[in-house]
Amino acid sequence: MEVSDLQTVFWSRRTRIYAANGVSFHLNRGELLGVVGESGSGKSVTMMSLLRLLPSPPAEIVSGRVRLGDRDLLSLDPSEMRKVRGGEVGFIFQDPMTSLNPVFTVGYQLMEPLRKHLGLGRSEARKRAIELLSRVGIPSPQDRINDYPHQFSGGMCQRVMIAIALACDPKVLIADEPTTALDVTIQAQILELVQKLRQEMGMSVIWITHDLGVVAGIADRVMVMYGGLVVECAAADDLYANPRHPYTRALLETVPRADMAGQERLKSVGGQPPHLTVFPTSCPFAPRCPHAFDRCRSERPPLMPVGEGHDAACWWDVIEGSPRDDV
Amino acid sequence: MMSEPGVLTIKPQAGPDDVLLRIIDLTLHFPTYRGVLGRQVGGIRAVDGVNLEVRRGRTLGLVGESGCGKTTTGRVILRLYDPTGGRIEFDGEDITHIQGKKLRRMRARMQMIFQDPQACLNPRMTVGSIIAEPLNEHRALKGKEKEKRTRELLDAVGLNPKFANRYPHEFSGGQRQRIGIARALALNPDFIVCDEPIAALDVSIQAQVVNLLKDLQEQFSLTYLFISHDLSMVRHLCEDVAVMYLGKVMELGPRDLIYKDPMHPYTKALLSAVPVPDPRVERARQRIILKGDLPSPANPPSGCRFRTRCPVAFDRCAAEQPAWRKVAGNRWVACHRAE
Ligand SMILES: Nc1ncnc2c1ncn2[C@@H]1O[C@H](COP(=O)(O)OP(=O)(O)OP(=O)(O)O)[C@@H](O)[C@H]1O
Ligand SMILES: Nc1ncnc2c1ncn2[C@@H]1O[C@H](COP(=O)(O)OP(=O)(O)O)[C@@H](O)[C@H]1O
Ligand code: SF4
Ligand code: SF4
Ligand SMILES: [Mg+2]
Ligand SMILES: [Mg+2]
Repeated sequence: MEVSDLQTVFWSRRTRIYAANGVSFHLNRGELLGVVGESGSGKSVTMMSLLRLLPSPPAEIVSGRVRLGDRDLLSLDPSEMRKVRGGEVGFIFQDPMTSLNPVFTVGYQLMEPLRKHLGLGRSEARKRAIELLSRVGIPSPQDRINDYPHQFSGGMCQRVMIAIALACDPKVLIADEPTTALDVTIQAQILELVQKLRQEMGMSVIWITHDLGVVAGIADRVMVMYGGLVVECAAADDLYANPRHPYTRALLETVPRADMAGQERLKSVGGQPPHLTVFPTSCPFAPRCPHAFDRCRSERPPLMPVGEGHDAACWWDVIEGSPRDDV
Repeated sequence: MMSEPGVLTIKPQAGPDDVLLRIIDLTLHFPTYRGVLGRQVGGIRAVDGVNLEVRRGRTLGLVGESGCGKTTTGRVILRLYDPTGGRIEFDGEDITHIQGKKLRRMRARMQMIFQDPQACLNPRMTVGSIIAEPLNEHRALKGKEKEKRTRELLDAVGLNPKFANRYPHEFSGGQRQRIGIARALALNPDFIVCDEPIAALDVSIQAQVVNLLKDLQEQFSLTYLFISHDLSMVRHLCEDVAVMYLGKVMELGPRDLIYKDPMHPYTKALLSAVPVPDPRVERARQRIILKGDLPSPANPPSGCRFRTRCPVAFDRCAAEQPAWRKVAGNRWVACHRAE
């Protein structure tokens, strides 16, 4: 999958919110791409835009292309798009409790996409639903299939969500904060499950989170977002060992670690994340950046290669400690 | 007695073993009712025999999964709920059942900061009046004095004193949490229960608020009970750590010992499940993955309540509740295997 220059704006009577401002990235076959960033950085909007899940109005996809195989998802007609969603591309949303419909049984919600996308009959769909539930680790699935979501715990609901997303053997799975609402011991169960399923099924995964620790454990590559833009993207090991964007560096310095005694005071980034009410024509991190200089305030840095498979959107060279002179 | 209100006083520093708050066998059961007659059919044992010690001027981290009773413990300590059983000692005084004037006076010394700064700030009140509200309730200060104090408090939490006339919705999440902190400081308390104060904040804002809490602790000799499920932040902020599971504390001790050498199987599993922001460390780690979910607090397992998920449970665990034992200096644990 390849996304280029995706831009999404929300219109309301008085304001505009520039939520995604030219997002480009690619997802390789079989890899797990971690997407990290603070609340409001545009992670969900980007992913919902490429699946065309945002209601319009207020949302408008102003520009962009989303290539999947040899098609552009943004120019498919609506009925083809519906086939892609939940078919080739499975997805899981942010809040487990609200995304399962409370009035239908878990089994119904699992069988629905199977019948719609794969055209399975009732009993076949039921058989496959039971198989999927057992695959995601729900005990005695043949009994639980008639239960309603409220009879499941948060972790079990999340497993069901994963089962639904996987129902049609997707090529791509997009998971938006699938473990944020869960306790760490349950999160560990889900992360282990996803790693196992990925090996078994060989799908590509986009995993959205604000937890730098979660991504460190599962991602092949990591993309960092800020102010509706991708500010850095690199192989996971490289990004954590050698962050090149001042925002990524600040994030990694600010989080304490459970495996080490830290310093007396946490390093903190002053100020607030940007408001997104104007289209960024300068670096969105400039008001909080310790290295900001004139160019940052007048010209927006594009994503530029800074190393082997490593891109960053910044005018400053953190290694040299000086403005980049090659661009 | 409450210390003189107008000034932010410095309280006497105490030695490391001076216990400000001690909780012994504390229980709180929420009754559950059924049917039109509302017959009581049982109870949710939200807090079910908790033992804790919080040392003066220090921070005790209370960790555990959601629903294990952390918030309820904090609220019983502040006497927002009447305990079902057990004993709460604050500054040497038994406050388990105090009422009336005595309770009011004690409450001024103990405050709470909440997880969701938005939900607990009245949207129709100015920030100044929100912060001054405890001063009114306790009739501590009037007029000019009160205004001065409000400005002082705003300044202490790093907000511009001119913001006193603005409304909560004009502030960001981090700033609202600062307002909540200023309000908690208004009566110059000794002890603050911080209930997941950073859980709703962005990573980059969390550090600002945690640093503020640390500064204020030093400046005003505060003692904190820091409730959190973020084990990384607890390691950073808290000198002592208590690990709670299904209404009971499983292990209590100094931070470095708990993190380096956890004794209780639940603590071990919990720590091994925390992701670390370093791919190389993550790859090398051995995770203890617990099976299943948290049992219901209405009907906890017999014997050791962790036994249904414990990877090293044995016969005795179902039959007999492990005792709360002191294993070394300030280190306590409840497990048959840790004997
Ligand atoms: N339906 C909507 N109408 C107006 N603005 C919206 C809408 N949905 C999102 N936004 C705005 O778009 C921006 C990006 O939001 P998005 O949900 O993508 O953030 P996110 O990175 O997923 O954050 P989080 O970590 O909180 O999930 C935010 O400023 C948000 O307020
Ligand atoms: N007011 C209440 N009435 C009934 N049950 C409650 C009430 N408050 C909390 N509980 C229950 O008590 C248990 C502990 O809750 P809580 O202290 O909020 O946990 P934590 O803060 O650790 O997440 C949970 O099972 C919760 O559902
Ligand atoms: S472009 Fe300038 S302001 Fe932006 S992150 Fe780089 S140095 Fe900082
Ligand atoms: S008492 Fe038994 S079940 Fe409980 S933690 Fe110890 S070994 Fe596990
Ligand atoms: Mg989101
Ligand atoms: Mg709570």
